[in-house]
Amino acid sequence: MEKLSNKTKTMLTIFIIVFFAFLLFLASRYLDSYRLRIINLMAIYAIMAVSLNLINGITGILSLGHAGFILIGAYTSALLTLTPSQKVSSFIIEPVNPIIQNLHTNFFVATILGGLMAAFFAFLIGWPVLKLSGDYLAIASLGFAEVIRILALNAQSITNGALGLKGIPEYTNIWWAWGWLLVTIVFIVSLVKSSYGRALLAIREDRIAAELMGINVFKHELISFIIGAFFAGISGALYAHWLTTIEPKITTLGPILTFYILIMVVLGGLGSISGSVVGGITFALLMEWLRNLEDPFTIFGLNFPNGIKGLRLLVISTIFILTMIFWNRGIFGRNELTWDSIYRFFKRFKKKRGGK
Amino acid sequence: MQNENILEIKDLHVYYGSIHAVKGINVIVPRGKIITLIGANGAGKTTTLSCIAGLVKSKRGEIIFNGNDITNKPSHIVNLAGIALVPEGRRIFPNLTVYENLMMGAYKRKDKEKIKQDLEWVFSLFPRLKERISQLGGTLSGGEQQMLAISRALMSKPQLIMMDEPSLGLAPVLVDEVFDVIKKINSEGTTVLLVEQNAVGALSISDFGYVLETGRIVLEGPGEELLKNEEVKKAYLGI
Repeated sequence: MEKLSNKTKTMLTIFIIVFFAFLLFLASRYLDSYRLRIINLMAIYAIMAVSLNLINGITGILSLGHAGFILIGAYTSALLTLTPSQKVSSFIIEPVNPIIQNLHTNFFVATILGGLMAAFFAFLIGWPVLKLSGDYLAIASLGFAEVIRILALNAQSITNGALGLKGIPEYTNIWWAWGWLLVTIVFIVSLVKSSYGRALLAIREDRIAAELMGINVFKHELISFIIGAFFAGISGALYAHWLTTIEPKITTLGPILTFYILIMVVLGGLGSISGSVVGGITFALLMEWLRNLEDPFTIFGLNFPNGIKGLRLLVISTIFILTMIFWNRGIFGRNELTWDSIYRFFKRFKKKRGGK
Repeated sequence: MQNENILEIKDLHVYYGSIHAVKGINVIVPRGKIITLIGANGAGKTTTLSCIAGLVKSKRGEIIFNGNDITNKPSHIVNLAGIALVPEGRRIFPNLTVYENLMMGAYKRKDKEKIKQDLEWVFSLFPRLKERISQLGGTLSGGEQQMLAISRALMSKPQLIMMDEPSLGLAPVLVDEVFDVIKKINSEGTTVLLVEQNAVGALSISDFGYVLETGRIVLEGPGEELLKNEEVKKAYLGI
C-alpha cells in the first residue's frame, strides 16, 4: 500500500489549513454580507453534522435528539450575551428571572457554556435513553428533544416562551464559525483515531462482542453522547448568534432541524467525518441555491410569477432519494478523505494515463 | 494459594422469560485442563457459557471464578477478571481490520511490550492471520474468521478461554486444525471450557466432559470414557 510519511502529512495539513484561512480571509474582505452569511451557515451545519455523526455514525446510537441540544446551546449562550436591559425590555409577558437577567459574558465564554449546558443535559438524558436500543432509543431521544423544546416554550421567565429571544448580537462571523468547525474536526478525528475511538467503532460493529472485549459499553456510549451534545451546543450558540432571533419552533430548533442534520450526515456517509463536513456544506448551499425555485421563474415556456412555494424541499428530497439510490452509503460511505487516499487516487490516475 | 479449580458452577438456573433453559447444573473446571460440554441443540450449552460471561442473568446458583463470586457480573467485568469467550457465530468486527480486531481483544491491557509478544504468539498459532493483517474482518473466510475470533479472545491474556462451537461450519480439514490449536493453547497454560456438537473431536482432546440434555447434566466423565459410553455413542456420535 502506498503511504506518505507522517511528516509530509502534517506539513500538508498545516498548509491546507493556512490556505483555507487565506481563502476565508479573501471571502471576508470581498464578498457581500449575504454570501458571507451562507459561508458561516455552511460551517455551522458542518459542526452540527460532525457532532451528530459521532453519535449516530461512529458509535451507532440512533439518536434523534440533536435539535434539543442545539436549542439548549442556543438559549444558554443567547441569554448570556444579551445585555440586562435588552432582557428586561423583551420579556413582556413575564419579567425575566433576576438571576438570569444579570448574567452577562462575552461571546466566547457564552459559546463554551452553551456547549457545557448541552453536555450536562446529555448526561442526564443519556442515563435513561442509552439503556434502550435501536428504534426505542430513537423514539425516546426524539421525545426528550421535544420535551426540551416544550420546556423552552413554557418556561416564560427564563426563555421568554413563544416570543423567543430577539436582538441577539450577530457575533458569529467567518472566524468564529470556521474556527469552531476546525476545533470540532480536530477533536473528533483525534478521538476516533485513539484506542477509545476504536472501542466506539467496535460498539457500532457489534455491541455484544465489544462488551466481551472488556469494554464498558454503556459508559463509552454515554461519553460519546455527551461529547456529541457538547459540540451540538457549540453549534447552537453559533446558530443563535447567526439567526439573531431564536424561538422554540418546530422548524428552527425542533425535530425538523434534527432531520435536516440527519440528511447531511447520511448524504455525506454515515460514519465518515469528511462526509459530514461535505454533507453540511452541500446542504447549506443547496438550501440557499434552490431558493431560486421559490422566486418567479420560467421553465419550458411556463411562467411562474410567484415561484412555487415549498418546491425547494421537494427538490432537496428528490436529490436525497437519488443519492441514496446511486450511493446507498452516502457520498463517502465510511471512508475518510485522508492524504493517503488522495495520494493513492493520483497515483492510480497517473498510472492510467501512463498506460495510454 | 491458588484454587485448584479455576471455575465452579453450583446449581445454576437460567430462564428466558418463562422458559427454564438451564435447570440446576454443576460444573467444575480444574485449572489447566480442557473441559467440554456436549449435547444436542437446545440443551443449554450456549446459555451456560453466556451466563458465565455475563451476557444473560441467572435466577439461582453461583459461579465462582478463582475463588471470587462472579455470578451475574456484567461482561466487561468478567473479561477483566480473566475469562474470555469466543462467542457463537464468531462476532468479529467486520469493518475493522484483522489487526484492529486483535487489538480490541487487548483493549483493557496496558503492557504494550507483552501485547506485542502475544500478537506474535497468536500469529504463530494462525500464520494465515498474519498474511491478512490489514484486511477487513468481514472479508475473511469462515475458517479465518473463527481463527480471528479465537485469537482476539487470546489477546486479552485470559486464564480461562471459553469457546462456543468453534468447529461449526468449518471444512473438515479446518476442524482438525482448530482442535489442534485448542490443545496447543491449553498446553501453554490456558484453561479451556469448550462447548461442541462435534462430540468426537471435542471429547478426544478433553480431560473431562459433561453431557447436557434439556438443561440438565445427564452424564459426566473423563473424555475417553464418554467416547466409549454406549449412550453417548448412540445419541451424539452416530455410531
